[in-house]
Amino acid sequence: MKSQAKPEQINQEQGATESVTRRTFARIAVGAAGLCYAVMAGYPIYKYLYTPVEKAAKESAVKEILLKDAHKLPVGSGMVFKFGSRPAWLIHNDDNTWIALDAVCTHLGCTVKYEQEKKRIYCECHGGVYDPHSGKNIAGPPPKPLKQYKIQITDSGVIVSRA
Amino acid sequence: MQIKTCAKQIYSWCDERIGITELLEFAKKKAVPEHKHTFWYYLGGISLLFFIIQAFTGALLLIYYRPGPDAYESVRQITYEIKFGWLIRSIHSWAANLMLVAVFVHMFSVYFMKAYRRPREIGWLSGLILLLVCMIFGFSGYLLPMDELAFFATKVGLEIPAAPLNAVGELIAAALSIIGIKAQWLGSIGSDISSLIRGGFEVNEYTVQRFFSLHVIVLPAVFLAVLGLHLYLVQKHGNAVPPSEEAKPIEQRKSAPFFPNFLMRDLAAWLIALNVLILLAAMFPWDLGQPADPLKPAPAGIHPEWYFMSSFQVLKAFGQWFPGITGEILGMILFTAGLVLWTLIPFYDNTSASGKRARRATWFGLFTLAVLVLTTIWGYLALK
Repeated sequence: MKSQAKPEQINQEQGATESVTRRTFARIAVGAAGLCYAVMAGYPIYKYLYTPVEKAAKESAVKEILLKDAHKLPVGSGMVFKFGSRPAWLIHNDDNTWIALDAVCTHLGCTVKYEQEKKRIYCECHGGVYDPHSGKNIAGPPPKPLKQYKIQITDSGVIVSRA
Repeated sequence: MQIKTCAKQIYSWCDERIGITELLEFAKKKAVPEHKHTFWYYLGGISLLFFIIQAFTGALLLIYYRPGPDAYESVRQITYEIKFGWLIRSIHSWAANLMLVAVFVHMFSVYFMKAYRRPREIGWLSGLILLLVCMIFGFSGYLLPMDELAFFATKVGLEIPAAPLNAVGELIAAALSIIGIKAQWLGSIGSDISSLIRGGFEVNEYTVQRFFSLHVIVLPAVFLAVLGLHLYLVQKHGNAVPPSEEAKPIEQRKSAPFFPNFLMRDLAAWLIALNVLILLAAMFPWDLGQPADPLKPAPAGIHPEWYFMSSFQVLKAFGQWFPGITGEILGMILFTAGLVLWTLIPFYDNTSASGKRARRATWFGLFTLAVLVLTTIWGYLALK
C-alpha cells in the first residue's frame, strides 16, 4: 500500500477503509480455510462413529418375519421375539385371540413383560401397565399404547409384519 | 454491536477468574531467538502435534478395537467394514512413524546445537525418556492388530534380550557359587522376564491384552507426566542458542516475540506436517496381513520397523562374526554402552560449557548419526 502512491495523495478515510477491507478479507479467507479443514476432519469421523447406527437401521428395516412353530404357543402364554432390532411379545390370550406387540414401554423405553397369572403387561421400571388384548395403556405413567403388529397364523408358524 | 459487548463481558468474566490477559502478556514478552538454525526449533512442536494426533486417533480406534482373542477380527472390521476406519488406522500408523522421525531429528538438532548444556541437563534426560517411551509405544502398538507380522515382530523382539540376559545370569550364578551361594535360577532370568512380559511361553491373546493395557493406559500416563516436565523446562529456560550464536555480543543477537509471531509460524509448520500426514495416510493406507498363526512358518523377508533396524542389524552382524551367544552379548554391551555415553553427554562434555565449540562432542554426534544411518541401510540391503 505504501508504494502505491505518495502519502498526501491518499485520502485518509479511503486508506482506512481499504485496510479494513483487506483485514476482513484475510479473516474470512482464514476462517473459510479453517472451516474446510473442520469439515474434512469432521465428515470421516462422523461416518466412522455412525457406521453401527447404519447397520442397526438396516436391521430394523425388516418388514415381515416368520416365527417358526409359534402357532403351537399354549393358550394363556406369551413369547419374546426380535422384530428388526426391537424386542416384541407374541401373546396367545385366554379367549384364544392372538396379538403381537412392541415390547418397548412408551414411557421411557424399558422392555415390558407379559405376566401370565395377572393377565397384564407390566413394566418394572416405573410400574406401567398395558392390556394384553389391545396393548392399551391402562395404569401407571405410559402415555401411549404399545405398538401393534399384524399377525397371520399359518400351519408352519406365525407371520408378523408391520401394521 | 450487542454481540460484541456480550462477548466482551464473557471474556472479562473469564479473564478475572483464570487470568487470560496475564497469560497473553506473558506470551508476548517471551522471546524466541532468531538465527540461521531457528528452523530446528519447530521439530519439538511438530513432535507434539503428532502426539496429539496419536491421542485423538487412538481414542477413535478404541471405539471399535477389542483386545484379546478377538483382536485381529476387530482390526479387520475397522479396516474393511467401518466407514473411514481404514483412514483413521492409517493416520494412527503413519503419525506414529512420522512422530519418531520428528523426535529423532529434534534430538539430533538439540545435540548439535549443544542445547543439553547447563542448566538444561534435565531437559535432555527427560527428552531421552520420552524417546524411549515412544519406542515402547511403537513396539506395543505393533502387536495389537495380531497379524502375522505383528506376531513375529513381538516374538523376536522379546526373544532378543532373553538369551544374552540368561548368559549373564549364568555367569553371575557361577561367580556366586564360588562363595557358596546357590542361585541357579539366575541362569534363566532372561527367559523368565520374557515369559512374564508375554504372559506365557508364546505370543498369545494374553500378550495382546497386556500390551494393550501398556499402550493405552500405562505409557500415555508416563508420557504425559514426563512431557509436562519437558515442556515446563523449555518454558523455564527458554530456547537454547547454539555456541556460534552465543559467541556474538548480546546486542547483535535477534529474537522474535513468542506470541503472536513464533506461535503463528509454529502453527504454519503444524499445518504442513498435518497435510503431509494426511496425504501419506490416504495414498498409502496401512496394510493388514494374514491373521497370526503360531503353526505357520515366518513369512519371507520379515524385518523390524525402521526405528529398530539399526539395533537389529548390529545384533545380526555380531551374531555372524562371533558365533553363539558371545556375539549377541557383545552387541548388547556395545549398544548399552553407546546409549549410556549418549545419555550422559551433558555431564562429560565440559568444553562446550564455556561457549566454545565442542569439537569432540560434535564428532561423537556425527559418528553416532553415521552408525545409525549406515547400519539401518545395511539392514535393509541385507534383506535382499
